[in-house]
Amino acid sequence: MSADATAGPAVPQQSADRPAAVRPRESLGSRLAALAGGGLVRVVLLVVGLFWLLPTVGLLLSSLRTPVDISSSGWWKVFTSPSQLTVTNYRTLLDNHAITDSLVNTALITIPATLLVVVIGALAGYAFAWMDFPGRDWWFIAVVAMLVVPVQVALIPVAKLFGDIGIFGDISGVVLFHTAFGLPFAIFLLRNFFAEIPRELLEAARLDGAGELRLFTRVVMPLGGPAIASLGIFQFLWVWNDMLVALIFADSNSQPVTVALQQQVRQFGNNIDILAPGAFVSMVIPLAVFFAFQRQFVSGVMAGAVK
Amino acid sequence: MATVTFDKATRIYPGGEKPAVDGLDIEVGDGEFLVLVGPSGCGKSTSLRMLAGLEDVNAGAIRIGERDVTHLPPKDRDIAMVFQNYALYPHMTVADNMGFALKIAGVNKAEIRKRVEEAAKILDLTEYLARKPKALSGGQRQRVAMGRAIVREPQVFLMDEPLSNLDAKLRVQTRTQIASLQRRLGVTTVYVTHDQVEAMTMGDRVAVLKDGLLQQVDSPRNMYDKPANLFVAGFIGSPAMNLIEVPIVDGGVKFGNALVNVERDAVQAAADKGDRTVTVGVRPEHFDIVNGESEGKSLSKDAPAGLAVTVNVVEELGADGYVYGSAKVGDEDKDVVIRVGGRAIPEKGSVLHVVPRAGETHVFATSSGERLSD
Repeated sequence: MSADATAGPAVPQQSADRPAAVRPRESLGSRLAALAGGGLVRVVLLVVGLFWLLPTVGLLLSSLRTPVDISSSGWWKVFTSPSQLTVTNYRTLLDNHAITDSLVNTALITIPATLLVVVIGALAGYAFAWMDFPGRDWWFIAVVAMLVVPVQVALIPVAKLFGDIGIFGDISGVVLFHTAFGLPFAIFLLRNFFAEIPRELLEAARLDGAGELRLFTRVVMPLGGPAIASLGIFQFLWVWNDMLVALIFADSNSQPVTVALQQQVRQFGNNIDILAPGAFVSMVIPLAVFFAFQRQFVSGVMAGAVK
Repeated sequence: MATVTFDKATRIYPGGEKPAVDGLDIEVGDGEFLVLVGPSGCGKSTSLRMLAGLEDVNAGAIRIGERDVTHLPPKDRDIAMVFQNYALYPHMTVADNMGFALKIAGVNKAEIRKRVEEAAKILDLTEYLARKPKALSGGQRQRVAMGRAIVREPQVFLMDEPLSNLDAKLRVQTRTQIASLQRRLGVTTVYVTHDQVEAMTMGDRVAVLKDGLLQQVDSPRNMYDKPANLFVAGFIGSPAMNLIEVPIVDGGVKFGNALVNVERDAVQAAADKGDRTVTVGVRPEHFDIVNGESEGKSLSKDAPAGLAVTVNVVEELGADGYVYGSAKVGDEDKDVVIRVGGRAIPEKGSVLHVVPRAGETHVFATSSGERLSD
């Protein structure tokens, strides 16, 4: 009893002390965070961001140095001797037809593969969301199931098929493959987005005299703008950056820039004076596309996720 | 302008057994304002959507004028609809919203502009024509939805609870505006609401639905004075009619301690069917307070005449008041609502003796709910 009696008052005292000790620490911490937080967070983010950019900056600076300089010292040497900077590499790159032709090929593959996926995906997404046809839900499940088919398992069968119908090695084959593998996701994304459009809106348009096609172009497409923009940019980046599919389905006349650059890699060393500027150019173009649509892209992702 | 005919129109939802709308038969005259009213799930919105072409008609027919539109797509019916949530196109300006139907119809731009501006003037929307719907208030959006219908100059207006998203004051105001606008334009209108006050105040005629079945179509006055059955009697009027089940006695029905004369034939008809009771309906304003005076025919000499009502709650509305009380009818306590004058509000807990005013009672068969008195 006496032990209890002595322990008894001690326990509440401790528990009473603890919050008292914690409270000033919390308020001090939050006050510190309020004081330094804004600035500190920014500094940390800046460091992380710069760290992230380092390889790209290195690539840019390397592409602006001569092959001799590149092989003798690191790219950061330009900060001490800026005279090393030159655009010779870019000049020779423009004269290198293998690279310039492959850039054209990349565009010829990427643009149709993006447009086809967006147009077909939007039409199919609308049909799956709002049109009645037998087995609609089963077809949609089949489309969603195709999302899990990995590209790799399809390479050889599709290569055989393309060989049989005579488009193996042709740009159209590469476009077709990218379109086919882009569509399940496109249909999935757009169907779910379109399904969120209030039913009354479509009914109002029908009562206003709109047929299916006009309903699609005048009401559904404008409302689906953000989702369609997101999809377009994603698909553009995927196809632009793809190497695996192009490596298998394109021949030397139809190869895109990713494959052309990869072939500049030699067993002993590499043509860094072509690789560095070529890689930088192939990176800048999708970046330009991204920044051009950035606003819509960001809001589009949000709209697609929540709505 | 045209008439609208529902000819035994029936809608059964896929997978359902019971029709959502069961053999609906209504004729709407040219330029008439018909209100479909009923509790939720009664099939009123489905009926409207069948007329719009947004729901299939599984049996029967719907005609606009002489034209059978039963299986026509919505765009070929020449009707305009105002939705409960307005369904404005969010990516278009007010002017484009209102002109969309005309644009699709291929009307030239100058004409569209003219008609949109006319409609905007009527609805007081002129200064908002360049705005997008998201920059408008609820009331303005509602007017744009109206404008979109007016600009079309359709044969029939359909309105699906267009006021239910407005606040109470604006709703009353807009109610009058819509009714007067409809009379000015003279376009046949079918209007759906669950609010019986809206139905009574706006419609030329009111159709009451319940469980997909039409209960009664009549003018608001007749609907109020001669409800066709128990459901209509309880649904139309606010506060609702008092419906009290009473035993049949010789010469009438026994109402508390009073004998109420109702049509002898009516009571006889019920008695013939084997009913021992009938349901008497009395509107709150049709009770006379007879405290102390023996106006009614008292059955027992000791007790005062009429029904003894204990006052539970009094709602004072200024001009008049409603007494919510309970009365012993037979062995059961029944809730009774009585309207009293604004200057003679009884105390809570006091007892009133009331008798229904002669000629203002409604008698319904308890078993079938049919009206027995005329």
